[in-house]
Amino acid sequence: MNGSGGLPVLRLIAQRLALGVLLLFAVSVLIFAGTEILPGDVAQSILGQAATPQALENLREEMGLNQPAIVRYFQWLGGVLTGDLGTALSNRQDIAESIGRRLGNTLFLAFWAAAVSVPLAILLGLLAVRYRNGLIDKAISGTALASTSLPEFFIGYVLIFFFAVKLGWFPSVSTVYDGMPFVDRMRGIALPAAALTLVVLAHMMRMTRAAILNVMQSAYIETAELKGLSQFDIIRRHALPNAIAPIVNVVMLNLAFLVVGVVVVEVIFVYPGMGQYLVDHVSKRDVPVVQAVGLIFATVYIVLNMIADIAAILANPRLRHPR
Amino acid sequence: MSETATARAPASGGDDALLDIRNLRIEATVYPPGEDPHDIVIVDDVSLALRRGRVLGLIGESGAGKSTIGLAAMGYGRGGVRLTGGEVVLNGRDIRRLGVRGLRALRGREVCYVAQSAAAAFNPAHRLMDQVVEATLEHGVASRREAEERAVALFARLGLPDPESFGRRFPHQVSGGQLQRAMTAMALCPQPDLIVFDEPTTALDVTTQIDVLAAIKDAIRDTDVAALYITHDLAVVAQVSDEIMVLRHGKMVEHGETRQIIEAPREDYTRALVSVRSIRHEEKRPTPEPVLTAERITAAYAGSLKVLEDVSVAVHPGQTLAVVGESGSGKSTLARVITGLLPPIEGTITFAGRTLPPALAQRGREDLRELQMIYQMADVAMNPRQTVRTIIGRPLEFYFGMRGAERDRRVAELLDQIEMGDGFAERYPAELSGGQKQRVCIARALAAKPSLIICDEVTSALDPLVADGILKLLLELQKQQDVAYLFITHDLATVRAIADSIAVMFQGKVVRYGTKTEVLSPPFDDYTDLLLSSVPEMQVGWLEKAIESRRMEAAGH
Repeated sequence: MNGSGGLPVLRLIAQRLALGVLLLFAVSVLIFAGTEILPGDVAQSILGQAATPQALENLREEMGLNQPAIVRYFQWLGGVLTGDLGTALSNRQDIAESIGRRLGNTLFLAFWAAAVSVPLAILLGLLAVRYRNGLIDKAISGTALASTSLPEFFIGYVLIFFFAVKLGWFPSVSTVYDGMPFVDRMRGIALPAAALTLVVLAHMMRMTRAAILNVMQSAYIETAELKGLSQFDIIRRHALPNAIAPIVNVVMLNLAFLVVGVVVVEVIFVYPGMGQYLVDHVSKRDVPVVQAVGLIFATVYIVLNMIADIAAILANPRLRHPR
Repeated sequence: MSETATARAPASGGDDALLDIRNLRIEATVYPPGEDPHDIVIVDDVSLALRRGRVLGLIGESGAGKSTIGLAAMGYGRGGVRLTGGEVVLNGRDIRRLGVRGLRALRGREVCYVAQSAAAAFNPAHRLMDQVVEATLEHGVASRREAEERAVALFARLGLPDPESFGRRFPHQVSGGQLQRAMTAMALCPQPDLIVFDEPTTALDVTTQIDVLAAIKDAIRDTDVAALYITHDLAVVAQVSDEIMVLRHGKMVEHGETRQIIEAPREDYTRALVSVRSIRHEEKRPTPEPVLTAERITAAYAGSLKVLEDVSVAVHPGQTLAVVGESGSGKSTLARVITGLLPPIEGTITFAGRTLPPALAQRGREDLRELQMIYQMADVAMNPRQTVRTIIGRPLEFYFGMRGAERDRRVAELLDQIEMGDGFAERYPAELSGGQKQRVCIARALAAKPSLIICDEVTSALDPLVADGILKLLLELQKQQDVAYLFITHDLATVRAIADSIAVMFQGKVVRYGTKTEVLSPPFDDYTDLLLSSVPEMQVGWLEKAIESRRMEAAGH
């Protein structure tokens, strides 16, 4: 690594990466500890309340549950690090394998929701600043706020009612399967992606607007105006580059939400993603699956926030180009 | 009274005028606290004319409307300011009739602007070159290659280091003086007809100011551009302009050739401006027992180089020690060390015969009481949600346990001492003028009955005449209450006005120290010579003489 003598920006990024890794370990401890505290153990869950003490003891011995918690934590962690997330209690399937396909589905849905919502939110934010306090600004802000205030299940059902039931443009149930043609797959996720977009759009758009308006107070904006630049060029060339850090931050938070917070939307549209999987197994008290999914969600959050912080570091010319 | 001055104004206008402002009226809506919003007149019936190659200085205190007039020449009103009457004729047409597009085509092409703080006026996200050529490219004046060649030539002419590669740097990578010159290059690059200079050297150190001033003057002469030069410093404007217009409260006071304004002002207000800083202060001899002694202080901020090195100074009871130097010389750091905000690495602070603990947290209440501080920015040194009574009353409660009527009586006394009536007690800081705010801060410091007040650039943010009032007040209070001042400033005129002894600081060291007479009498060391010779004098032609006769180049600008 480039030590203290190197560019400060490299040192800062290295520090941030190290912090991210540390945080991941801390989260894994928390998740493990959390499931330890819960009453009953895995053996009890498998065999049920009626199991004889002897049967429980045997199963515990077999699963290594009699070993101290710290040993089991490191066994679990070792497994996670080598891609072995354990076996689901409810159906005895390999968790990594089940998650693999579902995580792919969730990321596919999140990706397309993000691909639409992020550029749209930033563009709307720029437009709102360009016509600030005018009719366009108020229309954009009002609509975006309204769509955020409505709960996602409500938006989901409204979308289903109009576009699936009334108009019949899209399926109301977003079934996807392996080998499904791309166009069909896109048609399938159109409604959940639209619901997600509506949910995250306003937050990002409002932040973009606020961050840019904040920068618009700066003296260099007046300089740009006195150069005879058009309003939109001023916003795009002079305001946006200085508002990148807060915008990236809120974008990353919303991306994380697109992966982690889709539970409700996936359930509404019966979409075979992580959310569905998690809900199914929570209701079955399948602790290893909940642990694994929790860890993955936490990882998504931490990684995306880490990217936001690193982007903020890189967006600062003072750090990128030291004196 | 001003009609006669108008009649005698130099005939630079007429048909060949580049800029002809006639009966300009500018208004704005203000929203004072506790009152209904209403319109006020910022500029009232101002007329001026400017030919190509001429420089007109606009001078006045803050609120005189000088920046507003300058920006009006670009058809620009800052924050809700409106041009409501008169004509602004530029290149033969009234720019008030141009629409948004017409104004955009004019800004950055026919008229360019140089702001007071180049550090804030440059976009931190872009390289200097991209910003310098931006207007030139936007208006299609030249191709990028031509524009960049032009910019490099301008960098060289303005005396910027390494002109070929200078533009590749970011704003934070160059000094304040360099940025100010880069901003001048940015204004000259599209080859405009008129440049509005809005206090371009006010934020700079004197030693830097003189170089930037000379560079601006040469550039104006070589390019034959016309200029409006806005400043509150008459001595500065006397160096660069052909004629001067004095403004007050948005109205013209006097307009004439530079020499006439400086040497034979006709109006009382102009005379007051010319003779400002006329305070004569009788120097007192050092006493055997100083109230504060700082001995061999060395200090540094965490992980950085030493900011102070081996600094020893003493303040005598009832006297003023002026600590003078440019930004970065360590003078404010010295104040932080004395107040305990920055414990020194080495050295001791002795106060009234006892050694003070280095860190603030270890000092007792008496130590805190006897050592008060007044700051440069009076508005941020007061809680905007507290009344003057609460602000001044706080030290009375804290140090002396005064309450109720007793406290209110003392507050009234203090208000009287700072020449403000009891009627101000219920006001909030936002309802006070800059000078009044600083007076309240002085009263707050006095409330603690200190034996020493540290004054950190207390007059730097104020207009000359207001600053004069504050200095007179401080001297008067010193006479009455025998309080000592440690007066930090970069302004030598202030030092001359109030100091008994002087410490000149340069790069963290005291380079010259003694009584006022000793320090200000030759022979000088090189730095003190540079500092003294850089202070603009109210004299036409001073700039050229000063540049010629100085021995040392200003460092790193």
